[in-house]
Amino acid sequence: MIKRNLSGRKAVILFIFSTIALIFIIKLFFLQVVDHSYKLSSQNNVLRYITQYPSRGKILDRQGKLLVYNEAAFDLLVIPQQVKAFDTNKFCQLLAIEKADFNARLSKARNYSRYRPSVFLEQISKEDYGYIAEKLYHFPGFYFQARTLRHYPQPIAAHVLGDVGEVNQRNIDQDPYYKSGDYFGKSGIERFYEKELRGSKGLKIVMVDVYNREKGSFQEGRYDTMPIAGKDLVLGLDADLQAYGEALMQNRTGSIVAIEPSSGEILSLITSPSFDPNLLVGRVRGQNYKALQQDSLKPLINRAISGSYPPGSTFKMINALTALNIGAINEHTEFTCQGKLSRPIKCTHDHKSPLALLEAMENSCNPYFWNTFRNILYSSKFKDHKEAYDYWFETMHKFGLGVAFNTDIPFELTGNIPSRAYFDKLYRGSWNALTVRSLSIGQGEILVTPLQLANLAVIIGNKGFYYKPHLLKSIVGDANLPETYIQKIETGVSSEHFEIVKQSMLDVFEGDHGTARYYKIEGILAGGKTGTVQNPHGDDHSMFIAFAPYDNPKIALAVVVENAGYGSAWAAPIATLMIERYLKGESNRPALEKRMIETSHNKAL
Amino acid sequence: MIRESRVSSIDWLSLSIYIILMLLGWVMIYSAVYDENHSSIFDMSQRYGKQLLWIILSLFLGAMILLIDAKFFNAFAYPIYILVMLLLVGVLLFGSTIAGSKSWFQIGGFAIQPAEFAKFATALALASYLGKLNRDLSLWKTRLTAFAIIGLPTLLILAQYDTGSALVFTVFILVLYREGMSGALMVIGGIAAVLFVITLYINQWYVIGGLGVLFAISLLMIRRNRSNISKMLALLAVGIAFVLSVDYAFENILEPHQRTRINVLLGMEKDLMGAGYNVNQSKIAIGSGGFTGKGFLQGTQTKYNFVPEQSTDFIFCTVGEEWGFIGTTVVILLYLLLLSRLIILAERQRSAFSRIYGYGIASVLFFHFAINIGMTIGLVPVIGIPLPFISYGGSSLWAFSIMFFVFLKQDANRLNIL
Repeated sequence: MIKRNLSGRKAVILFIFSTIALIFIIKLFFLQVVDHSYKLSSQNNVLRYITQYPSRGKILDRQGKLLVYNEAAFDLLVIPQQVKAFDTNKFCQLLAIEKADFNARLSKARNYSRYRPSVFLEQISKEDYGYIAEKLYHFPGFYFQARTLRHYPQPIAAHVLGDVGEVNQRNIDQDPYYKSGDYFGKSGIERFYEKELRGSKGLKIVMVDVYNREKGSFQEGRYDTMPIAGKDLVLGLDADLQAYGEALMQNRTGSIVAIEPSSGEILSLITSPSFDPNLLVGRVRGQNYKALQQDSLKPLINRAISGSYPPGSTFKMINALTALNIGAINEHTEFTCQGKLSRPIKCTHDHKSPLALLEAMENSCNPYFWNTFRNILYSSKFKDHKEAYDYWFETMHKFGLGVAFNTDIPFELTGNIPSRAYFDKLYRGSWNALTVRSLSIGQGEILVTPLQLANLAVIIGNKGFYYKPHLLKSIVGDANLPETYIQKIETGVSSEHFEIVKQSMLDVFEGDHGTARYYKIEGILAGGKTGTVQNPHGDDHSMFIAFAPYDNPKIALAVVVENAGYGSAWAAPIATLMIERYLKGESNRPALEKRMIETSHNKAL
Repeated sequence: MIRESRVSSIDWLSLSIYIILMLLGWVMIYSAVYDENHSSIFDMSQRYGKQLLWIILSLFLGAMILLIDAKFFNAFAYPIYILVMLLLVGVLLFGSTIAGSKSWFQIGGFAIQPAEFAKFATALALASYLGKLNRDLSLWKTRLTAFAIIGLPTLLILAQYDTGSALVFTVFILVLYREGMSGALMVIGGIAAVLFVITLYINQWYVIGGLGVLFAISLLMIRRNRSNISKMLALLAVGIAFVLSVDYAFENILEPHQRTRINVLLGMEKDLMGAGYNVNQSKIAIGSGGFTGKGFLQGTQTKYNFVPEQSTDFIFCTVGEEWGFIGTTVVILLYLLLLSRLIILAERQRSAFSRIYGYGIASVLFFHFAINIGMTIGLVPVIGIPLPFISYGGSSLWAFSIMFFVFLKQDANRLNIL
């Protein structure tokens, strides 16, 4: 053996060993001590936060009848990692989906995660569920998760109740309570009372293995929370009246709003055309929503709160009340009418002249109310006609016109009462009563919603006060209603002036020339007022407001039928049928009922 | 003066570390595959129960080896080597395929992997060959014979598609280095590895450009005589040829899964649910252990199977997750202590055979240690080789134990050699 000094090489080798060991220790120091992100990752791996969904509150009508409740539905989930080879044709048949759809859904789930469950097919009805679940054992990796869906036993009040849909990113950003895939109220009552209805979610933390098999609760469930069920709501709505009204309106466009005058509770809020609320539930929601959106009759619009109409003759009563209140006219003030020759506004009715307030109202005499309105603006109580206009404008607000009630009806419009500033701008400061004369007969810039019209009927029925119209009657388990719902609002016009106007509304039914004298309700005294509203876009709108019984009204309502002509022809009989149904439970005028239900005013139909 | 090899002359330090590592491994396996329905650590239906059996058998084998005459292993080095090579051929013909490698003999319920024993046989044969008088590793004949002894099992194991085990044999270069082969070979090997990685990272033409710049700088630094310049030019040419061939080799010679593993390591493939899943989960397991670890049986990453092969190749994850930085450091220091002790023991041998064999087993253990732990913490591509004495598995534990005890016997007998 050749002698060479190789002992230095031992040191080199020991150096290599030590260096590698040192590198490992340094790397491990960073991995285990410095970097904390791995701790999180390991928790993400093993902990599953399972949301426990509470049941959403039910919605009942004033009689305790169910309007909305929950029905079980099922989401089919898939964990791609657990999926074994199987007969895809059979599977597609079972679920009634296309092969291409199947592939798309599965690859979407795969892209999300191979190890975590994702929704494969959502909201399968409980009927289909039973059938599919029986055969699901052939297809490992797929399983069901229970969910609830809204269900509507009667296909009514779609707009009032609103719908429930999946949250979008903006909702999640606004309220961190929501997580992707959660449901929330998108419109109507569902939207307004979302916080009461939704309850509160619970959380269950479980540990899972790599195959997502549950391995028990985390720390014996110390961090778990139970879901709290949503509260049930009772509405002032009368389901029977609502259904009846919807039937009466089914072949026409328009709306009916009925209110209980002693409380402001809305008895029915009907808009037509409407739709079956069950259409916007579950898997078919998107498709049906699109169809409704494209419908030329625009069934998604809630005309009762967002339809704005010139009030026409019904508005004359408000002008009269304002004038009486400031002494611009009194009960006996007479004005002359020259019929068609009247200036600046002609009269379309044939009657005696000169005439006093009650006769003017019975005949809906335009010149009389033009003079009334002029007397308001030129009243000696005010510095000038503009100050008088301001007073008039404020009085309109006190009648609930030109403002929203802001109770529990989302997307309510305010209508329009033009302000002094508006006219100042329009006429560059120079205008007078003559310029704005259309306001005297409820035409021109004035717009009101059917809800505001119904509230006018309430005010007159109550002789001067109202409660803000609202849908909620009570929240089950909550004693108190919001303050604004129980606050009595005075119009500031004395009740003796209302007596005159109220009397004139009684004459509409009882008077010899009353416009609704043919629709008198047997055994019930009612007040009413027709309106025929000029519509620049087509046929006149037929309008009617009413309250009954006369002395202590239990129902006040407004009916608007678009493009139907005279108020007395359609809106009036519909209003009386509604009153009869509500107060007597049935109608003894079957022929009228039948005619109203069957006649159509929809040109498109 | 002839002395009997006695129990007292056994190196108790290395034997203690060996036993500590095995017992640690047993407890780690218990924790890694813990199953509430089989909570006894002695349950023979579970891996931890079986591992205890392998440990007892290993100690039994060790005791047998200590009783055999120390000269036996030098004398029978070649027959043992030839027998194992035949087994390697046999496994190619009659073996069963487990996890993609045709490297197992299936006997009843047990599977034995001859490749594990090939390391032992090769260390023996190499020691026996180089240990003869007048072997000179500066001679090509000696070098080529040594390479052949190492190369034969390497090729046979490569043929079984067990690249990991085949790579282990490259570590014998350390032994050759200690015995006098030029260190330049190791340095060149190191540079080649660095160039290989750089070429995969960046465009090969940039690398060649870089080599050109290095060449130009070197020209300015050295004395510019003809012989130096021609040497430099030759080096440059070899470098360029190497870089060009790396790309070809990478695309055409490596298997797709091996390419992916290298890509994952270099961070060029980020698919954490696919190829990078193992390493990512392994790092999460170790990283989530923190300084002191989650505690015995509290490792969720390993217990719930997020880490693959958690009782065999990725057993170090359980150490990291349940015992934290303290645990991993202790294990690494135990290995370093054992390896250093083996080198010191090797250096004190009187016979060249014993010394070379000692270096052989130290190198093999080192390679396993470096690659296995490096893999779990993401420093080395995923190469499926076990962590010596700790990973679950009879074949590897027995093979390492035999290697270890044979050396222990040589050491105990060292004073009997003139």
